[in-house]
Amino acid sequence: MELLLIKEGFPLLSFLIFLPLVGAVVLLFFHGQTFARLWALVVTGATAVSSIPLLTGFDSSSTKYQLAEAYLWIPRFHINYIVGVDGISILLVLLTTLIMPFCVLASWKYIQQRVAPFMFCLLVMETSMIGVFVALDFVLFYIFWEFMLIPMYLLIAVWGGPRKVYASIKFFLYTLAGSVLLLVAIIALYLRSGSFFIPEMMWQPYSLTFQVLVFLAFFLAFAIKVPMFPFHTWLPAAHVEAPTAGSVILASILLKMGTYGMLRFCLPITPDATFLLATPILWLSIAGIIYGGFTALAQQDMKKLIAYSSVGHMGFVTLGIFVLNIRGVEGAILQMINHGVTTGALFLLVGMIYERTHSRELALATGVGRYMPWFVTLLTFFSLSAFAFPGTNSFIGEFMVLAGTFQHNTALALAAIPGAVLAAAYMLRMLQKIVWGGTANPDQSYLTDLGVREVVVLTPFLVFVFWIGLGPQPFINLIHGSVHHLVEQLVNWQQNQQVASVLWH
Amino acid sequence: MTIFPELVLAAGGLTLFVISLAKTPSERLTYVAALAFGTATFVATVLSFYSQGLLFYGAYAVDQYSQMFKVLIAFSLLITLVFGKNLKGISADIHAEYYLFLLLAVLGLMMLVSSVELIAILVSLELSSFALYLLVPMRDDRTGLRVQMEAGMKYILFGIMATGFMLYGMSLLFGLTGTTYLKDILLYLGNHPPQPAMVVAILMVQAGFLYKLAAFPMHFWVPDVYQGACNATAGVIATLPKFAAVALLIRFFILPTGHSPMVVELFAVLALCSMFYGNLCALVQKDLKRMLGFSGIAHAGFILLALLTLKAEGYGVAIYYIAGYVLMNLACFLVINQASQSGENVRIDDLSGLYKRQPVLAFVLATGLFGLAGIPPFIGFMGKFLVLTTVLRADHLLVVCLAAINTAIAIYYYLSVVKVVYTVEPEDRPSITVGPMVQLSGIVLIIAITLLGVFPGKLVDYASTVVQSLH
Repeated sequence: MELLLIKEGFPLLSFLIFLPLVGAVVLLFFHGQTFARLWALVVTGATAVSSIPLLTGFDSSSTKYQLAEAYLWIPRFHINYIVGVDGISILLVLLTTLIMPFCVLASWKYIQQRVAPFMFCLLVMETSMIGVFVALDFVLFYIFWEFMLIPMYLLIAVWGGPRKVYASIKFFLYTLAGSVLLLVAIIALYLRSGSFFIPEMMWQPYSLTFQVLVFLAFFLAFAIKVPMFPFHTWLPAAHVEAPTAGSVILASILLKMGTYGMLRFCLPITPDATFLLATPILWLSIAGIIYGGFTALAQQDMKKLIAYSSVGHMGFVTLGIFVLNIRGVEGAILQMINHGVTTGALFLLVGMIYERTHSRELALATGVGRYMPWFVTLLTFFSLSAFAFPGTNSFIGEFMVLAGTFQHNTALALAAIPGAVLAAAYMLRMLQKIVWGGTANPDQSYLTDLGVREVVVLTPFLVFVFWIGLGPQPFINLIHGSVHHLVEQLVNWQQNQQVASVLWH
Repeated sequence: MTIFPELVLAAGGLTLFVISLAKTPSERLTYVAALAFGTATFVATVLSFYSQGLLFYGAYAVDQYSQMFKVLIAFSLLITLVFGKNLKGISADIHAEYYLFLLLAVLGLMMLVSSVELIAILVSLELSSFALYLLVPMRDDRTGLRVQMEAGMKYILFGIMATGFMLYGMSLLFGLTGTTYLKDILLYLGNHPPQPAMVVAILMVQAGFLYKLAAFPMHFWVPDVYQGACNATAGVIATLPKFAAVALLIRFFILPTGHSPMVVELFAVLALCSMFYGNLCALVQKDLKRMLGFSGIAHAGFILLALLTLKAEGYGVAIYYIAGYVLMNLACFLVINQASQSGENVRIDDLSGLYKRQPVLAFVLATGLFGLAGIPPFIGFMGKFLVLTTVLRADHLLVVCLAAINTAIAIYYYLSVVKVVYTVEPEDRPSITVGPMVQLSGIVLIIAITLLGVFPGKLVDYASTVVQSLH
């Protein structure tokens, strides 16, 4: 337990986890539409505000798990309730809490039927998402990780688009099938290490075969969630059919769980397997970047376009993680946040145009620039951010990832460059069509520009786009300690590997 | 006080017998009497929870082990009585007989969990079995095909075959050890060298309980009986006898055969066959009860997995698992009983838009099905997780991997029911009204499924300690 910095007094993390759940339970008893909207906004807002003390209470110079809480849960099986944050997870927790109020706002008009159950699902989602990022006990983690499927399934299946049934089932089956072997791996690790406490499973001298098997089980679960290139087919379907808030949650937070899982579990628990298998995974990431780019270039559906661009962007994240150096990993974490901000905002924008035209077809949304100046202005900023224009947030992230990749292997980095070019190509293509279109634009004169609520929703995203883009140092400071510690241990491990392997075999 | 619950049940049976003598027994009176005795039984089991005693020349043990099972059985009986109100699908003039046999069947099950002697076990088992056999063909003949008769025949023929196996095994046990008392058999086996015949004897006895549990290869009756019996009866058959089956399987599993690796391997194979057979067949079902029947076969496989660890902890987990399984199945059958308008079978399509027609029922069904599928935080997940943990601890990696793959197969058919409930439009299907008692029991089940899933510690600890005391 010396790895934990137990927080005395107010249990902040548990409060963050369970406040939305309590809010959700209240919604079971009061069904009014207006009440449900306001209540969900109040609860998510309160969660967001109470997550701010995370920043003040967090000591970025320490590599321990902070603000931790530990309680006995199922002593017979050594399962405990342990939560804590470190540099890897703190930004993701904040991203979750801060984005949720905007998901509620984005659903304000979009969801007209069965509002209370919708808000119920959103609040339950928030509980399990925060839980995933702060859980330090593997069973607790797995419970949040799997439980999330139910509300997300319902969000897509009940409030989704025309092909919601197909999309929601595919999402559920893919993710669940991926994580059944994760459960076996968790139990196997418990039997070796004697506890479900995640930090105690790290840096243990497991045999190489064992590590490879565990790594593969982890990797399958996380790669499906990310999603990495050959496992990505559920993502476009789910993104396209989900309601706006669902798409935002999927893109901004759910996908990050896969990469978070790789950083938190694959690297420290199975380091030898990571070294062994990093190269094929790096090339899979490259494949994802290029494939996502080319596919996005061919899409006629705006949501699909952004969904495929996500495959490409997440490819950069996995690339950054598996080059296994400080720049790459820091860039990857930053890129996770950037993708959450930028893609979340893009989905919100698509949702706003969908509310007006009731179509996501690019062809039907051409030439709106004349009638919706605010809309296209914001769209331009976020599109520039999406293809990593200098001065925006993604530039910093991708730059760091590519710098890390050059440090690792020049050929790999050169292979990733076309992905960046492709990103510019498909985003600019979309931008050109939406803002100007051609000579045969449909009549868009009935469109009204964004209202105050919509601009208010998008402004914070814009702030973060430029904040991270122009002054990323505070963010990097937060994550640097933990990343430095992680990479340092990896390097030590690699250097001592020879000696160690002689000792064990 | 030691056999208070059994006495209440016997009194209930007699009362209903008297009621049934009337020319036209009042439907309302019958139900009130049955519900009153059901409630009284539950109260009686709780009151006599801590009682101890050895009765009838040591053939009947009232101890922590049996009382724990009795509480579980009585609770399930109460829930089935509440949601089976009106007995849709059974003609009104035989309601009294129906409840009479139901209470007798439960009496048999309660005696079974207390029996510690071979003859007593056989007598109690037959009491419960024959009463249950009779419940199946009591359904009225709405299809004109007499499916309920076919189901009844299948149930009784397979049941008698299983009893035959068991009797043969018991006779071998008696021949080998010279006693019919389980305690003396245990003592004998401890002091004598192992004999191969012992393995055969014990496996044959267990075959009888595998039949009750509906595990491969004694599962053939399940789909037809579930489909042919009326909804309330299927709900009883799917839940109550499983407790007794697990209780008795554990009693016989603790007898050392001297050839445990072989027994363990055999049961591992049976468990995997159960899972694959049940899950693969369930994938293509259209009738909800039939699907639940196949899913029950798959879950029986999980219980066998927990048993094959041959440790008190594994037995404790098996008890936890079966308790969870019954709770979730009760939730599903509660919904089936309400969704069926006049007692007909419920096809999965019939549940279309249940979410709009009756949100509470939809929520109960979704909880039950997600639980059965093993999604956290419900009890089905924790049961599955603890089973896999104990089995992997006993070093059966391959078995655990195959079992995990099975949970991935299973999710598909559970999810396709949830899909129908939540996403398909109800079209012209009428909305459903449910009484306050049924709603209440649905909510109680949801709370129990969730809370026991999140806090399994107490129950597993208790069950393991109690099993430890059997040795």
